[in-house]
This record gives sequence, structure tokens and C-alpha cells, in this order.
Amino acid sequence: MKLTFPHMGTLDMVLSDLFSRLETDFIIPPKTSVKTVNLGTKHAPEFACFPLKVTIGNLIEGLEAGADAVVMVGGIGPCRFGFYAEVQNKILRDAGYDFEMIVLEPPTTDIKDFMKKCKKIAPKKTLWQIFQAVRVGWKKAVAIDEVEKKVLKTRCFEKNFGDTTAMHKKALAVLGKAITPREIQMARDKALSVIDGAKKDFENNPLKIGIVGEFYVLLEPCINFDIERYLGQKGIYLERSVYLTDWISFSKKNPVMGLSNDEVAKAAKPYLSHFVGGEGQATVGHVVKFAEEGFDGVIQLLPFTCMPEIIAKSVLPKIHRELDIPVLTLVIDEQTGRAGIITRLEAFIDLLWSKRKKKLSIVG
Amino acid sequence: MIGYLGVDVGSVSTNLVVIDEKTNVVAYIYRRTMGEPIRAVQEGLRELKELLPLGIEIGGAGTTGSARYLSGVIVGADVVKNEITAHAVAASHIVPDVRTVLEIGGQDSKIIILREGVAVDFAMNTVCAAGTGSFLDHQAERIGIPIEEFGAYALKSQAPAQIAGRCTVFAESDMIHKQQMGYHAEDIIYGLCQSLVRNYLNNIAKGKELLSPIVFQGGVAANLGIKKAFEEALETRVIIPKYFNVMGAIGAALLAKERVENKPETSFKGFSTSDIDFKTSSFYCKGCSNNCEILKIEVGKEVLARWGGRCGKWEIE
Repeated sequence: MKLTFPHMGTLDMVLSDLFSRLETDFIIPPKTSVKTVNLGTKHAPEFACFPLKVTIGNLIEGLEAGADAVVMVGGIGPCRFGFYAEVQNKILRDAGYDFEMIVLEPPTTDIKDFMKKCKKIAPKKTLWQIFQAVRVGWKKAVAIDEVEKKVLKTRCFEKNFGDTTAMHKKALAVLGKAITPREIQMARDKALSVIDGAKKDFENNPLKIGIVGEFYVLLEPCINFDIERYLGQKGIYLERSVYLTDWISFSKKNPVMGLSNDEVAKAAKPYLSHFVGGEGQATVGHVVKFAEEGFDGVIQLLPFTCMPEIIAKSVLPKIHRELDIPVLTLVIDEQTGRAGIITRLEAFIDLLWSKRKKKLSIVG
Repeated sequence: MIGYLGVDVGSVSTNLVVIDEKTNVVAYIYRRTMGEPIRAVQEGLRELKELLPLGIEIGGAGTTGSARYLSGVIVGADVVKNEITAHAVAASHIVPDVRTVLEIGGQDSKIIILREGVAVDFAMNTVCAAGTGSFLDHQAERIGIPIEEFGAYALKSQAPAQIAGRCTVFAESDMIHKQQMGYHAEDIIYGLCQSLVRNYLNNIAKGKELLSPIVFQGGVAANLGIKKAFEEALETRVIIPKYFNVMGAIGAALLAKERVENKPETSFKGFSTSDIDFKTSSFYCKGCSNNCEILKIEVGKEVLARWGGRCGKWEIE
């Protein structure tokens, strides 16, 4: 059995580390590209949300490269993501691919099924060994996210254009080689100090923008036009509402982002009091939190037709009025042009600067 | 006398403006881009030069619009600004207490909310171009009424027809249907104006607080039917500035004037830039899986500018 899986930011790095530990054969599909998107758009229904299209493209590329099994996660709640695996399975079979589909549903729904699937992925290992592999691999995944978080926070200070991105690559290479828990711990510290290697100028007082929205478009730079790099290189300090391990984690504590799900839901409560699927409520909560922390603005990213984020979007004007925080919503799918995104980002940056200047002139 | 040049190259029109030191408009050109932005800018500059009084010297230049980077290279811009900011700057300069800007151009429409002279929120059409200038152009042509008279026709309407305005294609089918049922042309035209305004308010302006003074600008502001439909829907007066169709260019000129205050000299290349042969070409970068399309602008063998990549390795500006 040769497993393949869809891309999502650094997920390929995390999974290849885990599968190597489990001695499971796997194939990483080629990085998401225009070709992937075209493949996915061709096979997926037109009105499906964008992540489904892209991930179908990934899986086709993985199967074409020789994989004969696919691993996907399931989900519960009113977001369409929970059906992805089933829909992908059907579409790929209709397209003539023969493979095994392994769907990991949240263990809280059916723990026995979950363990059975784990055994299927790693037939050579006992459940205890699988647990150990996940435990160690998890440490590495968290370290990868911590590095990413640091990159977002410090890119705005870089002296030489592109240095931080180059250092990020280097830091990930350092982490990639680490195997044992001790090595991972050392690699983590080294990787974080590699990021410090990019020359910085801490004199400027950058704009602070929080990035919120649907996790897939947040985590996959190829799909979101690498918006974080663009903004960072424009000198903007960034924080994001979700990192890969926050999303995967079954616990309510988010290891990287810092706030627990309960804290975020509490912040959202005056505006959106219940779970609406996906990250809808979390998006609202994070906008409130970013406003409280004195951020200059927030950018919401969502795939076209994403229901939970549309619900969140509809309450954002109220938060804007009450907490005085500008929010820019960007809708992303295969029809979205980069030029349009850049125009809106440029205008948003201008807006935030003039707002800050005005605030300073009142204080001064 | 010193003048400041503003250039706004959009999908449909290319506008050039020169303002003087007191920010009065000295001369302006409004012409079609016709899919050839470089030629439009060069010919626009040539025409503009003819209109300028003797002895005026360009002390700063700014560009905006979807071809802002390209036109920035051609004219030698001191400032290259997105059209949202440029429109906001121009509107708040001309109507200082403006709180809402409605802007409808050739292929995009936007709304800008200002409070005390500062833009606080904006939105631009994303997935739909219904109700923008191109569509009105197309419909005017189909009905056989010059676009310049479209608005006047609309005002004659006594009983406007209901037209589906969510999608331009369906709006067109609906209009044909109404024509075939025997509706008057003016009722169909005003019905279309109303449905486009409804579409604009329900999409772009959704959730925003539209407070007066409201300024309506962009090429479509020439259409009196749309203006009337806005005034009916918003139940308030809508101001159309004198130079409504070149507001983006005015904004760019104002920003250029501001920029050169902190700059030793302007980058403006002079009107002779009209005679230079700019060549553009593009290629796909194979450096990574993003496969960015890189655009190159050359004069002779010299590469003036290159852009389009995400990582910045090709960028020269």
C-alpha cells in the first residue's frame, strides 16, 4: 500500500515525518500548482468550495504518481468539509482511479473505528508504537508552526528583502532532519535562532494586522496568493488565528496560536453566540481579540461559498463599528485574480496608515 | 507655473489630468483604453500637452488604475497608488466633508466610507461585474441608443420595468423579454438603472452605513438614470463632482503633489516619453510550483521593469 494525501501548508512535512516513523509507504503529491487547481476544477462540481477542488487536484496528482491509497480526515458539524472524503472518493472513482480510501473521523465520535484506521495506515506497528510515533512527530509539527509564527511576526523588520523567507527555508531544513525527541528539541531552538539570522531593524513601528478565516485558505500559501509574505515584505507585523497543529489538535487548547477555543468563543459571544460550523465563530472571536490587543486591522480570508465564514462576515460590520477595527474580507477561488487582491491590500494598508496617523495627531 | 500630472489607466478609459499648485484642474483627457494601455497613455500625453497653457512645467506625476505599474514606468511616476485610495483622496479633496463615495467604473465598482476625512472602510466588487460601465455600454449598443443619451432616456420613464439585475446575462435576457412584450425603451432603460443600483447596494454596500454627503463618481456617474435611481433608493441627494469621470487621475495628481514635497526632484520623464517604443513581453517562471507569469518592459535592450512574481526575484521597478 502506498499512501497519498492532499497538501495544506506544511502538512506534507508533518505527514512524511510521521509515515517514516510508522514505516508506511507514501507518496507526496507535487506541490500545489496551477496544474493542480486546473485538475481539481475540472473534476469537482462548480459550486463546491475551493479547498475541495484543490485537494482533488492533489489526490489525482498523487495517484498518478503511483499511490494506491488516500488518507483524509473527516469531520462533524454544518461545514461541508465533513463530506470532503466521501465526495473525493466518489469523484475519483468516477474518474477511473482505483484506490483505498482511509478516512480518519474525529476519535471522539468513534474511538474503535479510529484505532482500526490507524492500524490500517501502519500495519507494521502496534497501537502503542503508533501512539509513540504520533507523540514525537507532534513535537516536531508544533516546532514547525512555532517557526512559522516567528516568521510572521518578524518579517516586517527585515533589512534585506527576502532574507526572512530564505531563513525560513533553512530553519525548516534543520527541523526536517531531527528524529528523536532530544534532537527535535535542539533543532527547534536552532531553527528559531536561524530566523534571527535575518538582519533586522526594530526601529520602525509597523502596522499590526491579524489574519483570520477559513483554515485551508489561511494555511495554503499557494492558494492565498502568499498574502502573508506579501504583507510581511510591505513591513506589516502579522499574527494568524490558526496554525496547522492548532487545527489538527483534538484538545481545546491551541498549542501555537495561544488562545484556547473557549477563550475565543467567549470573545465572539456578544456577536455570534453559537457554533456555526468551520471557523465561523472563531473568526468572530479572533477579530474581537485582535481589536482588544490593539491591532490596526484584520484581514478575513474565505473560499467562495464558504458558509461559516459568510455568517462571520455578516456580523463583522457591527464589530467594526463598536470596536473601531477595520476588517478587509477577501474571497478566494480559482476565479480570483492576484491583481484584484493586491489592489485591495494596498488600499487597506493605506487606510490603516491614515487611521493611525489621525489617531496620533489627536493624541499629539 | 508648476503642474502635477495624474494618470488613471483603467479597463475601459484612460484619464490624464494636470492640476496646478492650488489644485485646480488645468487640463484633462478622458479617452478609451481600447486594450492598449501603453498607446493610450502615450497618445493621451500627446493630446494633453496640446491642451496645456504655455510655460507650465510638470513638477510631479502619479499613476493609478489597474495599469498603474505599467503607466508608472512609462510616465516616470513619483507615486503609484491603487485606485481605491486615489478615489478617496480626490473625493475628500473636492467635497471635504464627504462620508460616502460611490464609484462605478468600466469593470469595477467600489464604495468607500470616510469619516472626518479619513477612509475607514471600502469594498469592491469581487465575483460579479454586473452594473458596471462595460455592461451599460453593451446594452446601449444593443438597444441602439448612444451611451451618452442613455441617462436622458431613463429620465423620461413613467413606469419603469422590473429587470433582473443579479447577473448581466440574465438582465439582458430579461430586457429582451420585456422588449418583446412591448415595453417602452425608456421604461426598460430606467428599470435597468434601478436594478443595477439595487444590485450595487445589496452586494458592494451590504452592511455599510451610507451617510451623506454622498459623492457619486466614475464614468457611470455620467448616467443621469443611475444617479436618479441612487437618489430614490437612498432617499437623499447624491453629489456628482464636476470632474466625476477623471477623479482617479485627480487623486493621483494630488498624491504626486504631496510626494514631491519630500523628494529632491520628480521622476517624470517628460512628454517626449510618448515617442519611445516600449516593448512588453511575458514568460512563466519555472523556479517553483507557483509558475508565476512575469511581465517585462523594455526599451531597446534595456529592461525598464519586470514584475508579476510572488517571491520578488524578478522584480525591478
